[in-house]
Order: sequence, then structure tokens, then C-alpha cells
Amino acid sequence: MSIDLPGFADPVLESQACFRAVLDALARPGTVHEAGVDLRTPAPLAPAAAAVLLTLVDGETRLWIAPDFAAARDWITFHCGAAPVPAAEAADFVLASALPDLATLETGSDEQPDASATVILHVAGFGRGRRLRLSGPGLRIPAVLEVDGLAEDFPAIWAANHALFPRGVDLLLCCGSRLAALPRSVRVEA
Amino acid sequence: MPNTAPPETPPPPQAARRHWMSVLARAGAGEIAALLAALPALPGHVRLRGPEAGLVMLRGRAGGGGAAFNLGEMTVMRCTVRLADGPVGHAYVTGRDAAQAELAALLDAALQDPARHDALQAAVIAPLAARQLAARDAAARRAAATKVNFFTMATMRTDS
Repeated sequence: MSIDLPGFADPVLESQACFRAVLDALARPGTVHEAGVDLRTPAPLAPAAAAVLLTLVDGETRLWIAPDFAAARDWITFHCGAAPVPAAEAADFVLASALPDLATLETGSDEQPDASATVILHVAGFGRGRRLRLSGPGLRIPAVLEVDGLAEDFPAIWAANHALFPRGVDLLLCCGSRLAALPRSVRVEA
Repeated sequence: MPNTAPPETPPPPQAARRHWMSVLARAGAGEIAALLAALPALPGHVRLRGPEAGLVMLRGRAGGGGAAFNLGEMTVMRCTVRLADGPVGHAYVTGRDAAQAELAALLDAALQDPARHDALQAAVIAPLAARQLAARDAAARRAAATKVNFFTMATMRTDS
């Protein structure tokens, strides 16, 4: 077991700050926020994604970790106290660096849309790459989010997810210590 | 699990670690620090988690055949540290003494290092274990002096 790095130095304040960042990112899609700035994390795991995991995942949360994060697995399970589940279909949180097939993930039900999965996705960068035009709740005028590292057909994939509303999957995009969010309510155009 | 291994095989490493962890969990921070003071200083360490307080549920049974019930919650401190040169040590101790949890985790890490194990085992764990055994023995003696054998209790125990 390799847990060579500490988690939050002050778990209460730092997880509250990260929670606030996630909340703001979801409430105003397209805005980019800082999270986990002081966190040192094992190799492939971005500090922002690590902070989100430390804040939102615990022993009662079903987490699926993509195989490419094997080197960070021990760190995540130790500091979050979570036992990862073997299949993404049964997970509340999905950690990945390539967008999984959103249609196979848990999307909740009309009575309980909150039972859906949240995808924590690593991207290559913000402010460059693919230009996404966002509109919907929380946006008085359409916003623009530039994300590097999303698939070509992302707007089409997202349209299918958005059509399920109030069901559907929420997406947290992480790069380094910065994060942005695409809640299921937002419309994405290329 | 009954210990059926022949006496000449050494105890598995988990058993040895379990022993020193339990001794450290029962020793006070002052006691451990006093014994450590006589030894060369341990290398620096990084706190990986804690020391932080939490609660564990204690479960009990009434009588030999009773179902388990929740007796109550108890405060526990836990700490995980990594020594500058490698091993990771954990400690869970009852109470609210952060210094004890950190010292116990530090010693757990150091005791896993073969180069340090024997000196620490002899200078810290053995005296603490002897002290704890003597204290338990004295308490058992005091209790035994007041023991009363009830005939009815003895016959009730035989049915289950």
C-alpha cells in the first residue's frame, strides 16, 4: 500500500472551501474555480479532482476509479475511507480521464434525480481547445467555456444526457487545481 | 482462532505488530516519551492523517448467549504518519490524547524498520508491556480477593 502523501492539512476548512467551489461551479456553468491548491497528490490525480474526492466521497459513497488511476487508488481509498466499486454502472462518483459512456451510468429516477452519478473528469486545460457555448439555468446570457481534451462529438453526447432532465449525469471537469462544472440542466452547443 | 502452530515457528509479522500496537495504545504519551528519551532521536516524520478524534461504537453481550447490543460510543484518536525514510505507521488509541496517538503511530512506523526494531522493542515495548501486565495482575488480584462463588450461577451457565 502506498500512501506517501497527506490529505487536507485542515480537513474541515479545506473541504468546506472545496464544497463551495463545486457549488459555485455547478450554479454558474462555464466559470472556472480553484480547488485543492495546497494539495500534493499522487501522480495522475489532479489536485482539484483529489479535493473533490476528499470533500464528497466517504465510506458510504460508491466510487468507481478508472484503471489509469491505479497509482492513486491507495491514496484515494485511504484518505476518503471509500471502497471502490468494480463497475462504473453502480457508482455514485466516477473518476476518469476519458469520458465514459454516459448512457450506461446511473441517471437516477424522476422521483429521485439526486440518485444519479457525478463524473469527475480530467481534462487537458481550460481557456483553450474546444469552444462550448452554454445556456440554461444559472446563465442570464449564454456563457462560453473553452475546454481542451474533450471528444469531438461531446455536444451530441451531452445533448442526450441533457434530454433526460430531471434525470441525468453531472460532470465536473478538473485540470490541475482548477475545476468547472456542467450540470445536467445546461445546454451545450459547439 | 486457536493457536495451533507448533511453538518453534516464529509468530507471523501481523501478530508481532498487533502486540506492539496494543501495548502502545494502552500506554500514556508521557510514559512513551520518557522511554524514548533514552534512545537516539527518530528521524523526522510527516503526518499523513490526523491526529484526529472520532467515535467508535462499542458492542456488548449480556450473558454468554445474549445477542450483541450497542453499549455506547467511545472517543478514539487516530493518527497515521510516515517516517522520513519510508515506513507508514498507524495508531488508534482510546481517549483524546493527540500526543499519544502521534507517538504511537511514529513508533509503529519505526518498529517496522528492521534496523530499529530490536532496540525499540527492548527499550520501549518490553518495559511498557511488563508494566501493563503487572498493573493488570494487581487489579486481577484485588478483584479475586472479593470473589464469591454462587452455586445457582454455576448451574445456570451449564445449559448454553
